[in-house]
Amino acid sequence: MKQEKKGWRELPIGLAWKSGTSKEFETGDWRSDKPIWDAQKCTHCLICWIYCPDSAIIVKEGKVQGIDYKYCKGCGICAEECPPKIKAITMVREEK
Amino acid sequence: MIVARTGNEAMAEAMRQINPDVVAAYPITPATEVVQLFASFVADGLVTTEFVPAESEHSALSACVGAAAAGARVMTSTSSQGLALMHEILFIASGLRLPIVICLVNRALSSPINIHCDHSDSLASRDSGWLQIFTENTQEAYDTTIMAVKMAEEIMLPAMVTTDGFIISHGMERIELIEDEKVPQWLGERKIINNLLDVNNPITLGMLDLQDYYFEHKRQTIEAMNNALPIIEKVQKEFGDAFGRYYPIVDEYKMEDAEVAILTMGSTGGTGKVAVDRMRKKGKKVGLVRCRIYRPFPKEAMLKAITKVRVLGIMDRADTLSTLGGHLYNDCRSILYESEKKPLLKNYIYGLGGRDISIEEIEEIFDQLLKIKDTGKVDKDIVYYGVRGE
Ligand code: SF4
Ligand code: SF4
Repeated sequence: MKQEKKGWRELPIGLAWKSGTSKEFETGDWRSDKPIWDAQKCTHCLICWIYCPDSAIIVKEGKVQGIDYKYCKGCGICAEECPPKIKAITMVREEK
Repeated sequence: MIVARTGNEAMAEAMRQINPDVVAAYPITPATEVVQLFASFVADGLVTTEFVPAESEHSALSACVGAAAAGARVMTSTSSQGLALMHEILFIASGLRLPIVICLVNRALSSPINIHCDHSDSLASRDSGWLQIFTENTQEAYDTTIMAVKMAEEIMLPAMVTTDGFIISHGMERIELIEDEKVPQWLGERKIINNLLDVNNPITLGMLDLQDYYFEHKRQTIEAMNNALPIIEKVQKEFGDAFGRYYPIVDEYKMEDAEVAILTMGSTGGTGKVAVDRMRKKGKKVGLVRCRIYRPFPKEAMLKAITKVRVLGIMDRADTLSTLGGHLYNDCRSILYESEKKPLLKNYIYGLGGRDISIEEIEEIFDQLLKIKDTGKVDKDIVYYGVRGE
């Protein structure tokens, strides 16, 4: 169905928009590689959480809960940054 | 108060009286003095401005954009390569509809390296969605700097006020200053519609806007330009009513009965007016038109002025490097297309890199135009006046 979009007269002036709209912009379907998180190995150092450019590492009360695949773009930074002795995240090919 | 001031001093004084919330700048010849003087006003506590000495013009205008988006009244000053380095951010300022004012001292663009006046810098930025106002002398530069703040804020587009490098910027003239407190009084507070600092209504500015909405947002900026002239006229009238100095959109000098005229911008307007007076003494019916508001282009007012004469010499202090002659020449040819009355046009590209144009030379140009009027023939439509080897 064709969505009705606003014409130029109806838009707010100066390209100002409500903030936080990137939540509605799910980037997970861009992914070709997928990070797999191993709850057994993880020490919850939160390095992956700090580095993830898409805030896709889910953390609750200081503990990693998993990965939000709606936003994870599969860049592999988390797997790269997870300490080498732990290697709790591995990248695998995304299956269609 | 009557004082002697250079163009740069006058613009800096105007900035002092405006007392903008933020000035972010990087010094570049010949506009350096504006920033230097303003920095000393800040150091002496004469203004409450937050002064941001940036590491480049790109950073300076970026800081201006951020501050203006947060609701501040923002100004800066630059010239030539500095404006070229701002180029990317010029579009961001106009697209976000931020009323930043630049005191721009016109100077040639490299290469070759040159610090003197021509209009290639501002004209290379003419399509960036900024209002562009070319001033003829120090008084006008001072007055227009103040007016530009109001114009920009009401139109919600950024504005450049230009002076001719060294000719106006460093030449000293007698000017009348407005009393300090009257300037902020006249300007009032800036009205803000998008406030980045309103934590209760968080907004985002400058986000991605692809095929879906980019065109619509550009269309809004185009509309702002389309509607700008009546607002500019209104602000000029308000300024005149308050301080007694009225400015036109298009300046006409002895045009009532003129048969030929020249069209100029910037300080050549002043030189040209003296040349007109001299020619008039010799009984020649010549006049002068000066384009004061260059962007938006004042189509109606310009047509009204230039269709009064049979021959018009259009003087461009820059070339478009397009094989089609100068900017003003092209604009005028364009607006004349649908006009019933079309004067014969001759384009004089002159004064590049600060080459002098004298009263005598303008008289010579008038003689050439009068000859065209008599013969009805334009020998050559674009000439490079004052270049060796022509
Ligand atoms: S692959 Fe990239 S986007 Fe996905 S969770 Fe790891 S760091 Fe974040
Ligand atoms: S970097 Fe590795 S060990 Fe640290 S929290 Fe992330 S997955 Fe766990």
